[in-house]
Amino acid sequence: MSKQLQFKLVLLGESAVGKSSLVLRFVKDQFDDYRESTIGAAFLTQTVTLEDQTTVKFEIWDTAGQERYKSLAPMYYRNANCAVVVYDITQSASLEKARSWIRELQRQADPSIVIALCGNKADLSARRQVSQEEAKKYADEEGLMWGETSAKSGEGVQEIFTAIAKKLPQNAPASARASGRAGPSGRTGVDLNKQANAIPGQNEPCNC
Amino acid sequence: MDEEYDVVVLGTGLTECILSGLLSVEGKKVLHMDRNDYYGGDSASLNLTQLYRKFRPDKTPPTELGRDRDYAVDLIPKFIIASGELTRILVHTDVTRYLEFKQIAGSFVYRDGKISKVPSTEMEAVKSPLMGLFEKRRAKKFFEFLQNWKDEDPATHQGVNLDRDTMAAVYERFGLEPGTQDFIGHAMALYLDDDYKTKPARPAYERIVLYTSSMARYGKSPYIYPLYGLGELPQSFARLSAIYGGTYMLDKSIDAIVTDANGKFVGVRSGSEIVKAKQVIGDPSYFGAGKATDGGKVRVIEEGKVIRAICFLKHPIPGTDDADSAQIIIPQNQVGRRNDIYIAMVSSTHNVCSKDVYVAIVSTIVETDRPEQEIVPGLQLLGPIYDKFISVSSLYTPTSSGESDQIFITRSYDATSHFETVVDDVTNVWKRVVGKDLVLKKREVEVEA
Repeated sequence: MSKQLQFKLVLLGESAVGKSSLVLRFVKDQFDDYRESTIGAAFLTQTVTLEDQTTVKFEIWDTAGQERYKSLAPMYYRNANCAVVVYDITQSASLEKARSWIRELQRQADPSIVIALCGNKADLSARRQVSQEEAKKYADEEGLMWGETSAKSGEGVQEIFTAIAKKLPQNAPASARASGRAGPSGRTGVDLNKQANAIPGQNEPCNC
Repeated sequence: MDEEYDVVVLGTGLTECILSGLLSVEGKKVLHMDRNDYYGGDSASLNLTQLYRKFRPDKTPPTELGRDRDYAVDLIPKFIIASGELTRILVHTDVTRYLEFKQIAGSFVYRDGKISKVPSTEMEAVKSPLMGLFEKRRAKKFFEFLQNWKDEDPATHQGVNLDRDTMAAVYERFGLEPGTQDFIGHAMALYLDDDYKTKPARPAYERIVLYTSSMARYGKSPYIYPLYGLGELPQSFARLSAIYGGTYMLDKSIDAIVTDANGKFVGVRSGSEIVKAKQVIGDPSYFGAGKATDGGKVRVIEEGKVIRAICFLKHPIPGTDDADSAQIIIPQNQVGRRNDIYIAMVSSTHNVCSKDVYVAIVSTIVETDRPEQEIVPGLQLLGPIYDKFISVSSLYTPTSSGESDQIFITRSYDATSHFETVVDDVTNVWKRVVGKDLVLKKREVEVEA
């Protein structure tokens, strides 16, 4: 029987390493060379189907620029099941930033979070500053998944998200964990949107 | 920091975050700064470490209270009225997608030394000890009158003119006893004092209708509450702003408001840098907090004080039927005061503290020079208190509308039990900043399947 699981995935990494481009490639299979900083979107979902027909739906949170001055809200990390921490293989400083984001995740996020370190801009390997060995070694030490991607060519993008999907607990009651905030499906509390259509005010029965 | 912005917003309290979210959606270029390294300003929810840093910097939280990260202790006790204006903004901006809400389990009112549930169903009303049999009949007539009222149909008015007759006159017309008036005016219309009785009845009518329609929404109480505490509200509006291009800087000192020779706003100085913008919006703490600022100008004045006692309990509040959350109102008449005392209680059900801990905040408007004495009737209802953190805060209001100098200051969070006055402030500041009324548009959201 096919299962449907839903998880919250957060993106982290220095500005301009290609976080939004990576998501755009994954979700829409598009790339835009002159993509401006993220505006207006930043809440995307994409589904990965595994070999056993399990579908894993990612609810993807983009930083929306709040990473620039280290002003991400605790809400961002809350109930995140997985994180993709992105660096730019042509900027060694961006790996340093990635390390600090990983420390932040270890401090703020749930201890069971699955973290993937992702070296983006693999198409620019001529200008490479971060070797695969260095990044892989660090990822192994910290127990992180690791891969290189090119949002521009699409190389490695599907692979890294699929790998994450496989690593996530397949038997977890995902609806209870991830979809706490993941739209109407898994909500246990009150749904405000539902009442928006109700007739307000006077016509309702008085309860006194 | 070298760019020029349309609006700089100072402080990440709820009022400022709603404004910055709405302004960003409107296409304004917003820079939002806060001196603290956390979101929420005065309306933040703090973990234990932050709470102790604020109230007891020389102490560490006892391990007995559990994990630091399980706590989100509200500094300002308020609930969201289900059918109120904040709910409308949350829905229209689609900020609800970042939040999850739970009901507040019950609303209670203090009368003659004990607390009773404000009835939420007809069954409860019939059994309620708040009114005697005949009084219940009179009250029923009164509520039917309010419920059936239609402005355009004089037959429903029963000779009452809501815009001319006082609320006292309306009560009298239905022969309601003083205790019932206390209950209606304070536990339903949520007035903090009795001044409303001598004024035209319409606002009271509207408040009662808001209360009853909110009560009807989810059944248990008129209130809802966001999981992980009220501090999630400013964070979610800050995210809205960021998604629409707003820039966020926390942990940034704000050292001066820079003005030109005519006193008009130019920018904000932080250290040696100056950020320029056309307008500034901020909470009173960034504008002198009652004292004269640069150039000897007093930009905000104190209107009063509120005392709030954050109490950790190891048990539900006695008499609430072990409710996991509750509001208790002590009407002023019941304890010989001018202003009501409020208790707002939430617990681990709302993901704001460890299991078996209950966080109750007792608050009131300060009337004497011994404010701690004033909240004793509230504290006494709580049973044994494990620990308490008391603050007395000034309520500030701006001295100027801001139109002449483009400096727009928000108001402090008042003593009311809900966010309706916060939304009033938002719409008020919006009108002054933008020059027209706030019209909420449904946000276009991009969600890919």
